[in-house]
Amino acid sequence: MKQETIIDFIYEEAFLLDTMQWSKWLELYDKDARYWMPMEWNQTDPMMQQSLMYEDMLLLTIRVERLSGERTFSQKPKSRSHHILQTPKILEFNEEKDLFKTWTPFTYTETRGDILERFSGWASHDLKLVDNNIKISLKRIDLINFDAPFSNIQLFM
Amino acid sequence: MNKYENNKKAVQKLVLDKSVHRDVYINEEIFKLEMEQLFPNVWIFIGHASQIKTPGDFITSKIGNQPILVSRHRDNSIHVLYNRCPHKGVKIASEPCGNTGKFFRCPYHAWSFKTDGSLLAVPLKKGYEGTGFADTAASKGLSKVENVKIYKDFIFARLSKNGPSFEDYFGDSLSTIDNMVDRSPNGALEIVSSPIRYMHTCNWKMLVENQTDTCHPMVAHESSAGTAVKVWEREKVNSVSKDTPIAVQFYAPFMSPYEFYESTGIRIWPNGHGHTGVTGSIHQDYTDVDGYMEQMVEKHGDEKAKQIINDVRHNTVYFPNIMVKGAVQILRNFIPISVDKTLVESWCFRLVGAPQKFFERSLMYNRFINAPTSIVGHDDLEMYERAQEGLKSDGNEWVNLQRLYDEDEKHDVTEIINGTSERQMRNQFNAWSKYMTLNMSEKLEAAE
Ligand SMILES: [Fe+2]
Repeated sequence: MKQETIIDFIYEEAFLLDTMQWSKWLELYDKDARYWMPMEWNQTDPMMQQSLMYEDMLLLTIRVERLSGERTFSQKPKSRSHHILQTPKILEFNEEKDLFKTWTPFTYTETRGDILERFSGWASHDLKLVDNNIKISLKRIDLINFDAPFSNIQLFM
Repeated sequence: MNKYENNKKAVQKLVLDKSVHRDVYINEEIFKLEMEQLFPNVWIFIGHASQIKTPGDFITSKIGNQPILVSRHRDNSIHVLYNRCPHKGVKIASEPCGNTGKFFRCPYHAWSFKTDGSLLAVPLKKGYEGTGFADTAASKGLSKVENVKIYKDFIFARLSKNGPSFEDYFGDSLSTIDNMVDRSPNGALEIVSSPIRYMHTCNWKMLVENQTDTCHPMVAHESSAGTAVKVWEREKVNSVSKDTPIAVQFYAPFMSPYEFYESTGIRIWPNGHGHTGVTGSIHQDYTDVDGYMEQMVEKHGDEKAKQIINDVRHNTVYFPNIMVKGAVQILRNFIPISVDKTLVESWCFRLVGAPQKFFERSLMYNRFINAPTSIVGHDDLEMYERAQEGLKSDGNEWVNLQRLYDEDEKHDVTEIINGTSERQMRNQFNAWSKYMTLNMSEKLEAAE
């Protein structure tokens, strides 16, 4: 595998999110994957320290299905998202261990109705190969202002 | 803009037996009066003693819109101070918590204060000689809040001179805090983590009312809890473990039918306090934690241990602005920012001595239900925002709170009632009217 393949994969994830192809997005994740948003600086433990999100595939699937629910009033009107990614930095490229790690500074915008909110942070991906396809085993999103009081964040960074 | 100031009767007229006027949620003058009257007149939660364990530790907090500083003195006493330098008004501490060492030092002109608030030193002292400095308020140091009560480590304060005593104000409602403390095998709670903070563009009272609103979960949360149940039912065939995941254990009970809430009841107490889930609640069916029952029996004996653990009260409102959930060790603080803006801080407590699993569960509940990233939170905030907008409509100036109203019902009593009643909301507004006007000037009212 080439390093570029990894970088393209990170861009592809943002593309699927911004074009709201939710089920294709979920397919990028391994069955035991976790989506983690810490609430502390340099947080080490997702469970015993407060996180904003630490979700498995069941919870992510619930989120995605909820977005299109008939009675999901917080999605009437619908939210939209927009990612700007810096070139992902490859922190680990280990084919032997089947472990690939990237670090991607981003600016994320979520809008709904007349409200537009902007977030900045770093996305860290732990990736592996499953049947020759790249899968996410952990996505970690550290916001620069993780401890600020946000209003609704309904989509995915 | 002078409809309500010094006009006790006009304020009282906003609260009727079965309805309240929209101005309680959308009128800026009313909000200003809440800050000047209601919040100072009653007992407000400002922190927990476990946050300031060692001398020099401090936390910053608010009562209404007034900044407050709580500090641990070298003799271990706790002092509640107004967080402003007596010199130019600069806030003495601005972080949520920290340790100041032996004294506070104002960052502007270096006036310094002992951790009990008293003045320690002023630079260029000579300049004050012969100016009558000793007779000024400034020479006394940081102004002290006189009425402070530390109840089982929960720190409450009342700013106004005239108001109810702590015991009269809370009465038997303290039993929810007692139950949460008793759940620790050591009889102690601890805050070890920052709260989840969530900004709401609505009036603070909408959030407080929602805590005992048992007729909304199956409707407003169908989108989150309903979807969670549906997805789990479908996916569980592919799941390795057939045990219901804790997430689904949290979400699923939100879909309980009206009959469930009707039968589990609401208990109301005087002064606007009350709770849902008297004989059972959405928290009753969580998986047991290994070893915990044995610890509790050892500490309390068999009968009391069972009584503590089986008391699974749902939401307890301590009027005006906190809610306590003993069964998952969470306290939510509804902090008013402006008439249409409320900051919610949701704290988890660690049960000292209990298995780690409880704290893990508490943190998990907090992020599932109380976070800006929570799908349950998204459902609720959408409703509050729509109400805040909708109330601007002149079509009807009143909000209806009459579900299960009884014309013989009395104010300021303790009673257990049908769990789908809106009586706890009526109870809150009765307390609101009473404490808004408690210290309002009568004289100016007569002049109108
Ligand atoms: Fe709700």
